[in-house]
Amino acid sequence: MVVKIEVNNKVIKARRGETIMSALESVGIKIPSICAMKDFTPTGACRMCVVEIEGRQGLVPSCSQPVNEWMKIKTHSPRVIKARKTIVELLLSNHPDDCLYCERNVNCELQTLAEELNVRERRIMGKKNKYKLDHSSPSIVRDPSKCILCGRCVRVCDERLSVFAIDFVNRGNRTIIGTACNKDLNFSSCINCGQCIMVCPTGALVEKDSIAEVEDALHNKEKTVVIQYAPSVSVTLAETFGVKPGRDISGLINAALRKIGFDKIFDTSFAADLVVMEMSHELMTRKKQKGKLPLISSCCPAWVKYAEQSYPELLPALSTCKSPQQMLGAILKTWYPQVSGTDPGNIFSVAVAPCTAKKFEAQREEMTKKGLSDIDAVITTRELAKLIKLYGIDMNQIEAEEADEPYGTRSSSGKIFGSAGGMTEAVMRTLPYIAGGREPDRIKYPELRGIKGKKEASLKTGKTTYRFAVISGLENAAPLLEAIRAGNCEYDFVEIMACAGGCINGGGQPVGAEENAVRARMKALYGIDESEIIRLAHKNPVINELYRDFLGEPLGEKSISVLHTNYSERKVML
Amino acid sequence: MSVKTHVPIDKDFLISNVLLNQSSELPAEVQKAMKFVRREKVKYPVVFIGTGSCGLISGAGDTLDEAKKYLSDRNIRAEIVETGCTGFCSMEPLVEVQLPGRARVAFKHVTAEKLPFILDGMFNSMLPGDHALGQYKNPSSEKWKDIPFIEELPFFSLQHRNLMKNWGRINPASIEEYIASGGYRPYIKTIRNYTHEEVCDIVEKSGLQGRGGGGFLTGKKWKVAHAVIADQRYLLCNADESDPGGFANRAMIESDPHRLLEGVIIAAYAIGTSKAYIYIRNDYKTAIRRLEEAIDQARQYGLLGHNVYDSGFNIDVILRKGPGAFVCGEETAMISSIEGKRGMPRPKPPYPAVYGLFGKPTVVNNVETLSNIPAIFENGPDWFNAIGNASARGTKILVLSGKIVNHGIIEVPLGTKVKDLIFVTGQGVPENKRFKAVQIGGPSGGFLTLENIDVSYDFDSLSSEGVYMGSGGMVVLDQDSCIIDTVKYFMDFIQRESCGKCIPCREGTRRMLEVYENITKRPVDENRHNTLERFKGVMQLENLAGVIKDTSLCGLGQKAPNPVLSSLRYFRGDYEEHIFDRKCDAGVCKELRLFYIDVDKCTGCTVCAPKCPASAIIGTKRHPFFIVEEKCTGCGICYEVCKFNAISVK
Amino acid sequence: MDKRTSAILAKYPRGHRDCLIPILQDIQEQYGFLSETSVTEVGLYLNLPSSKIYGLATFYNQFRFEARGQFHVRFCHGTSCHVSGAFDIIRELEKKLHIKPGQTTRDGMFSLELVACMGACHLAPLIQVNEVYHTKLTSNDIKEIIDSYIQGEE
Repeated sequence: MVVKIEVNNKVIKARRGETIMSALESVGIKIPSICAMKDFTPTGACRMCVVEIEGRQGLVPSCSQPVNEWMKIKTHSPRVIKARKTIVELLLSNHPDDCLYCERNVNCELQTLAEELNVRERRIMGKKNKYKLDHSSPSIVRDPSKCILCGRCVRVCDERLSVFAIDFVNRGNRTIIGTACNKDLNFSSCINCGQCIMVCPTGALVEKDSIAEVEDALHNKEKTVVIQYAPSVSVTLAETFGVKPGRDISGLINAALRKIGFDKIFDTSFAADLVVMEMSHELMTRKKQKGKLPLISSCCPAWVKYAEQSYPELLPALSTCKSPQQMLGAILKTWYPQVSGTDPGNIFSVAVAPCTAKKFEAQREEMTKKGLSDIDAVITTRELAKLIKLYGIDMNQIEAEEADEPYGTRSSSGKIFGSAGGMTEAVMRTLPYIAGGREPDRIKYPELRGIKGKKEASLKTGKTTYRFAVISGLENAAPLLEAIRAGNCEYDFVEIMACAGGCINGGGQPVGAEENAVRARMKALYGIDESEIIRLAHKNPVINELYRDFLGEPLGEKSISVLHTNYSERKVML
Repeated sequence: MSVKTHVPIDKDFLISNVLLNQSSELPAEVQKAMKFVRREKVKYPVVFIGTGSCGLISGAGDTLDEAKKYLSDRNIRAEIVETGCTGFCSMEPLVEVQLPGRARVAFKHVTAEKLPFILDGMFNSMLPGDHALGQYKNPSSEKWKDIPFIEELPFFSLQHRNLMKNWGRINPASIEEYIASGGYRPYIKTIRNYTHEEVCDIVEKSGLQGRGGGGFLTGKKWKVAHAVIADQRYLLCNADESDPGGFANRAMIESDPHRLLEGVIIAAYAIGTSKAYIYIRNDYKTAIRRLEEAIDQARQYGLLGHNVYDSGFNIDVILRKGPGAFVCGEETAMISSIEGKRGMPRPKPPYPAVYGLFGKPTVVNNVETLSNIPAIFENGPDWFNAIGNASARGTKILVLSGKIVNHGIIEVPLGTKVKDLIFVTGQGVPENKRFKAVQIGGPSGGFLTLENIDVSYDFDSLSSEGVYMGSGGMVVLDQDSCIIDTVKYFMDFIQRESCGKCIPCREGTRRMLEVYENITKRPVDENRHNTLERFKGVMQLENLAGVIKDTSLCGLGQKAPNPVLSSLRYFRGDYEEHIFDRKCDAGVCKELRLFYIDVDKCTGCTVCAPKCPASAIIGTKRHPFFIVEEKCTGCGICYEVCKFNAISVK
Repeated sequence: MDKRTSAILAKYPRGHRDCLIPILQDIQEQYGFLSETSVTEVGLYLNLPSSKIYGLATFYNQFRFEARGQFHVRFCHGTSCHVSGAFDIIRELEKKLHIKPGQTTRDGMFSLELVACMGACHLAPLIQVNEVYHTKLTSNDIKEIIDSYIQGEE
């Protein structure tokens, strides 16, 4: 049903029942808003989106008010603009005003609003709330004094992750966003996924910065600084330099990293191939020996923490495989020193991840052996962009380069790990070989692609049928997890990714990406897969060499001690 | 305590002869029996003691203990009845005595010490007239000489008591007394004779408007919710109140809980629901106890529960104790609170009548609105419609407080002149002081001054003067009260009670409070920055108030600027005095006080100078000292320590 | 789980969020405040994240996270009390007890609570200490009242 409404004296058409904001959007009128989120019910909290409606006493929020036939709306009348401007000024009157020192400088919604509404004077002044920074988490830093209480982080944590780590605490102007009993974030049920950072309009939520450590290592002559970057990083980094989403720039990244001064540049996708080998064996063994099934993936550190705190009884079902980042880290501190003749203590291993939980993962106790950590520093895609800027590298001028040998060689199976379902697809390609020495009949599994919350597929190899499920976005995990807990789950393998769409939409990626951007990134990954020659993990020659020279066989003694880990129940306030 | 009546009147008698007998005239012997239940006639003396909250705070508990002791010590056969509140707060503790055959007399300020004297007099038929407030008119008993009739006292003369009919008269813990006063018959009549739609029609026809402040037609609101197709609907009664200075709802529940309960039940029937919630402030301990008793009794009488008297109507009433947030008076916030969430309002639409509690159609009515319902069905909509003036029907309960002679709760027809309420009912300002203003409607209301005090008390007339009726609080301010300080107080309240969801209310109310804080204090060394900030703040005040009113999410925020706007309209002079002259004529804003030393009285004893925290007092020993005005912070310590009364306020 | 807590929980159906406030009220009635343990236990019973319970509890005036003092001082800050000089009284109370509303003195003797209106405007300003009311106060009375409770204890 179409209705007619009058906007700024012009008649436009709108769908019955849609909100004023959405009707205006489709005719190109932008209404500012702070609390509105796509696909969420409006909360009407920020009041930035108010418009004037003839016959109504006060101004009306356009995010929640449905259109009525012949409603007369003024979107930018003096009254409306005065109101919006005053609201921004009110927020600024309780804001630290230290934009120049802020992580989100030039990329801040509050700053943008102030600019758009022409705020050029401190007209409203008063006491400001002062809170201490919460540095406790290895992944996320909270600065409540910059928080404008839009509530987007709370909603993402509740409705997209089902983690419920944070909520509004206290009332009125003493409200803050806090954890249960106002504990520091590290002692809460936060899983470090960083999705809250992705929706935060200001600098109240940012990742824990590791650039300084990396710089120190780069300037330390004794250190050999090696860096690896995760599969999804190469298809998102370009966005921070103003390129539209969906462009792969791995060659440029290699070149940039080399210019910055990293000694060796490796690809985490190589280790993803290694994960495929180990995990396929694990799956086959459990299936054969009637072990704990389904085998649940363990590559997403946010999911792993979630399992440890909320589903400890499912921990035996988790794959013991470390994540690709940690596997490569372990190789770089064990075998690589022997090959290259370096003292493992002098290797500083950096990982670029699309994810803040990876910072947490690298710090896990299990990831350090004999005082050597698999990974010494994790930086996010955003931090990598900063590092590139810091070293004055012009991405438009440099030429693409190759990554370093040996761990720069990968199959495209490892590359698609960046998308939810990619890991499962890679395992399905390799499983026939592992189980029966046969090459797969099928390589592409379109049913496992896309950003749906739950995807499934099955594979018959020999007489055995394997059934696979992929969950992306933790909100979609509960029904399946409950079924597993109750013992009536029909799957053999379950991949769980905390963020919707997988790592391409991780909490360490460039902020402000919409669903279309996520789709474009995903398309880019599968595009790479289409165009490459080596598409199967077990066809990666370096993997085979590694098994031959060092690891022995998948799930062998050496593999277990280097590439596998264990989990334990975690007590936090749920 | 249980009712001791002297006629064998039990539950079955009341049910079959009164409740279920719906003939317009009850049989004579039943009527006679009811007179005893209502204590219009008594066989033995009865001592009534008001034990509502305000009575208890004034010491009625001790009076009650003393009365029990008095009777048992002297072995007197008499009954003690605890009643609610008469509404006349400044006379508490209030004790009434009724001797067989004589009119009931009320005595004021009856503390435990005074009680024996009063009772001594009464039991010897020597009425202690000096302590009497008045006697009640009662055709079936002999009146006392030289004692005024209660109804003729100025405090009562303008009142029209429908809702307060039973206040202080019956024992609120007794369903029997409520039934004997006509209660629950309208309810039975309603469910037996009217459809849901007819009930809504009757209420709409009566012209009853929501008393929570919105003034929306109650019957209309019910109709909307009833028209929505749903498997469940809910009725919510808002008894959270807790305005500063407003406690009428609480007194209503303490004094006549069954009236509210009956209203709730009829409303539930009207919208076709079997579940009603009463959301009452947890602090209201006495009221909660009264309601719990009432619900129990109603259940015993079969008035609550499954298939009430074979009508097919099922009804359950659930009490929810509000854990203390003013914003929960807003309907969507209250719904959130009952659902077990933070009491934060949400945008409307969807309106609760369509999508409310647990997502079902929900009607939220206030205590006073619902308490009006039984009488509308007892006397008919036309009767109700005839009370009040052209723009508003019925009566309204008000709380008179502040600088006024007669404090208390009153009920007057809507449309009564505010002036009369203050100067007739309230008897004006005490101690011959000058009336300055009356603050109406609490934190969301505004001020009236001598110039416009002639306005009628109803929704439209008040709002044309920029005043919002609110919960019915009326606080009188005299020459010693400061308008600026009063507004500051309301702003402080609002910014503390703001839920913090929407930006204009959360940040704006606090900034407004700060403007008031800035103009009511004198920084020790005010630099240019302070001065600039002060003036900037004042210049922003009107703009800020306008935006908060225009954009806030719920009524709390939208009405928060009302005291500011109203005071700016009528008291520009007071603002200028504080901002430019830096003084508060009323002497309330302590930090603006200036002290000076009377040279004739000062002996130069030097006591004050070392005590001054600002080192503003200088002088030589044995010679008069003086105060350096620029340094003085107005703390008043010197004033307190001076033994010669040489220091005074300018 | 403490017996008293389980007795309270048993009165309510499992997993019903709308019982959260009544349960917390009962627990506070029983223990005088809400502890971290009770927040977790209630969360498990109602299947609610503890962040939501804490968020809710901090929203309402009633809930406290510190034990009440032996003498709980409730202080009326209604309009009438304010007009009659209640501000001086609260300042005096805070000065004397060194605590703010919602807090308890270190020795656990006094706690302070601000009440919107007690509805005894004709007796303003007033405070309530446990079950006793002190009415028509001036700031000079405060010291005496508090001292009388301290002495009564000694």
